[in-house]
Amino acid sequence: MVTFWFLLVAIMLVAYVVLDGFDLGVGAIYKWVGHTPEERALVRRSIGPVWDANEVWLLAAGGVLYFAFPQLYASSFSGFYLPLMMVLWLLIGRALGLELRGHTGDELFAQACDAVFMISSLLLPIFFGAALGNVIRGVPIDAEGSFFLPLWTDFRPGPQPGVLDWYTVLCGVVSLVALATHGALFLAMRVSGEVNLRATRVGRLGAKLLPGLTLITLAASMAVRPTILDNYRNHPVGLLIPAVVTASLAMMLRATRRGREHLAFAASVTYLTTMLVGAAFALYPVLLPSSDDPARSLTVTAAATGGHAMRVALIWWPIAFVLVAATFTHLYRTFRGKLIAGEGDGYH
Amino acid sequence: MDSALVVHRLHFAFTATFHYLFPQLTMGLAPLIVVLKVLALRSGDSRYADAARLLARLFAINFVFGVVTGIPMEFQFGTNWSRFSRFAGGVIGQTLAMEGMFAFFLESSFLGLFLFGEKRMSPRAHLAAAFAVFAGAWLSGYFIVATDAWMQHPVGYTVAPDGSVQLDSLSALLLNKWALWQYLHTMGGALVTGAFGTAGLGAYYLLRRGPGDDPRAAGALLKTGVIAAVLASAWQLFPTGDRQGALVAEHQPATLAAMEGLFATRPGAPLVLVGQPNVDERRIDNSLEVPSVLSFLTHRRWTASVTGLDRFPADTRPDNVSLLYYSYHLMVGLGTIFAGLMVLATLALWRGQLLTARPLLWALVLAVPLPYIANTAGWMTAEIGRQPWLVYGLMRTAAGTSPRVSAGNGLFSLLGFMGLYSLLAIAFVVLMTRVIAKGFA
Repeated sequence: MVTFWFLLVAIMLVAYVVLDGFDLGVGAIYKWVGHTPEERALVRRSIGPVWDANEVWLLAAGGVLYFAFPQLYASSFSGFYLPLMMVLWLLIGRALGLELRGHTGDELFAQACDAVFMISSLLLPIFFGAALGNVIRGVPIDAEGSFFLPLWTDFRPGPQPGVLDWYTVLCGVVSLVALATHGALFLAMRVSGEVNLRATRVGRLGAKLLPGLTLITLAASMAVRPTILDNYRNHPVGLLIPAVVTASLAMMLRATRRGREHLAFAASVTYLTTMLVGAAFALYPVLLPSSDDPARSLTVTAAATGGHAMRVALIWWPIAFVLVAATFTHLYRTFRGKLIAGEGDGYH
Repeated sequence: MDSALVVHRLHFAFTATFHYLFPQLTMGLAPLIVVLKVLALRSGDSRYADAARLLARLFAINFVFGVVTGIPMEFQFGTNWSRFSRFAGGVIGQTLAMEGMFAFFLESSFLGLFLFGEKRMSPRAHLAAAFAVFAGAWLSGYFIVATDAWMQHPVGYTVAPDGSVQLDSLSALLLNKWALWQYLHTMGGALVTGAFGTAGLGAYYLLRRGPGDDPRAAGALLKTGVIAAVLASAWQLFPTGDRQGALVAEHQPATLAAMEGLFATRPGAPLVLVGQPNVDERRIDNSLEVPSVLSFLTHRRWTASVTGLDRFPADTRPDNVSLLYYSYHLMVGLGTIFAGLMVLATLALWRGQLLTARPLLWALVLAVPLPYIANTAGWMTAEIGRQPWLVYGLMRTAAGTSPRVSAGNGLFSLLGFMGLYSLLAIAFVVLMTRVIAKGFA
């Protein structure tokens, strides 16, 4: 039961990264792919109707995490207090930058909104990557199950680390490249014209960079947490995950060279999914490792809520999930088809 | 008081109060937009469609601000109140997760369709999208109120060996009688804000009579707003306000005594209308009171004895009696004024004089900010009234904070939010003013 909810939370987080990942990525390359006002409106329009629904996966995953693993929620949210507050400010800034820019007709106001939107879209993937890096590296959990991480200490991933060290910064940078590529491939699929050409170029560059970066991250993870391969040694079936990662990277390279836009985006979805699944597989049954005393690591059973809560949620969760899937299908179908420049922002 | 505790309380109070300025309008406007769109569809009259479109523009701005200021609320349970989350996550995590899975998705997906899709959809499908946004917003409200209601009146739980509470009945949690009445009262309050806003907007255009201000569409706003406002204002006094008060009297008697400013237990207790609580001397200064009415309202008998603050040990009384007293009196006082003003407006509408009654139109314009104050005061009554408990009778507020988040770190993010929200407030006012100035064009 506990493992099942671990899977569901993982699925929701993957959905968040794959879906909001592309609109974050589109935001991160916003000014480089859109040069004229019409082109930038086109870029915004590619994510306009869907970014908010995509972001809800983060809130919904947070809610499910809260109910299923309250100990983990309490520990990690208070322990990562400072970076989380900054993530909140960035999420607020990004949403307002995107949604408010068109409401005044004032050119300077719109420029300020664009800057806020792009800067927060660049920083958020770095924060999310660094967050994953922190989870893999571990945090100094105390006897009560709490911790508090300073933003940085000596930038080394030792037993008393900060949020930022060389390893988590590396994870942040890889995350930015991966999501920018993901966004570029999405944009290429959604729009035509000049923006399509530029997005395709960014996607091609990303597809070339990612294999090397993935290898570096893997080596760094092994250095920081030597036990990371234990689950793979004990359960060789897990080796399928790196195999699929490799295949998806190869497919991304091939598809971007040949201009197969949908295939390239599908490869990127597969890559992000399997990278996250690979990390979860390596950590399980630990949810949040301790950096100094393995006995204090938070495992799924230690962090879980009572049995009744989990059983009763098994009734409503699938219903909600089917409804969400149906709404998303409807939403994406309504706004399907290639977009062309010169139709404004699409608001009525 | 420990200073970290003060910072964490201010942190939540500030972000929650600011956040709720926006959902109360969107939840109140959503049903009015649906009504106007139905009228537009049935009559084919452009005035309703124009009125609905203008409201939708204002709704969209408010919705965005509501969404972005709402995100920190869910996070803060973990960031600033981690011991509370450890203790109660097994219960209230359930309603918060349901809100995310059912309501947020419904709202956000259909908002995209509603705002971007008018040209791509048939009028009926667009109306359906508007209705889905309305349903999502109101559903979201229910899960949040159910969460707060559990903190006010915990039900459906057992205490686990490790001291935390575990859910043992989802239906008890969702059908908590406190949640039902609090929800009806909260949604009524949101409707008051939405309806006063709509009526005030229509009155503003009728007074202004600018070149683009179609008086027919302005009249549609005014009439819809006034009718909704008179119903919602009455609904707030009776039955919902009355029933909510009865629940407080039954389950939180110390809170009731503090709200009413009743320091000493007495039969035939008076209802204090105005006056300043003097906590040191245990009396109300400069008070204006109606004899025996509090006894009647509480126990339905004029001579019944009402328990005062003197019967409760100091550590079970609300820790800020004066603020609680003022919040409650502001809410009730304003609520009474709302009902009076809207009865006048309805009478004028009935006699066909409303559209030309300039003093009344002016009063409707000036009344627009008041429901915000009343709603805020209402939430302050509920939450200050719950003190010193975080979960009534089960966990004290002082025991719920994050042990490792210091006052300094808490203050850092509190100041950050204050700065950011100041910018947001300026942007909000500028945007709303521009949209309103443009009118139906």
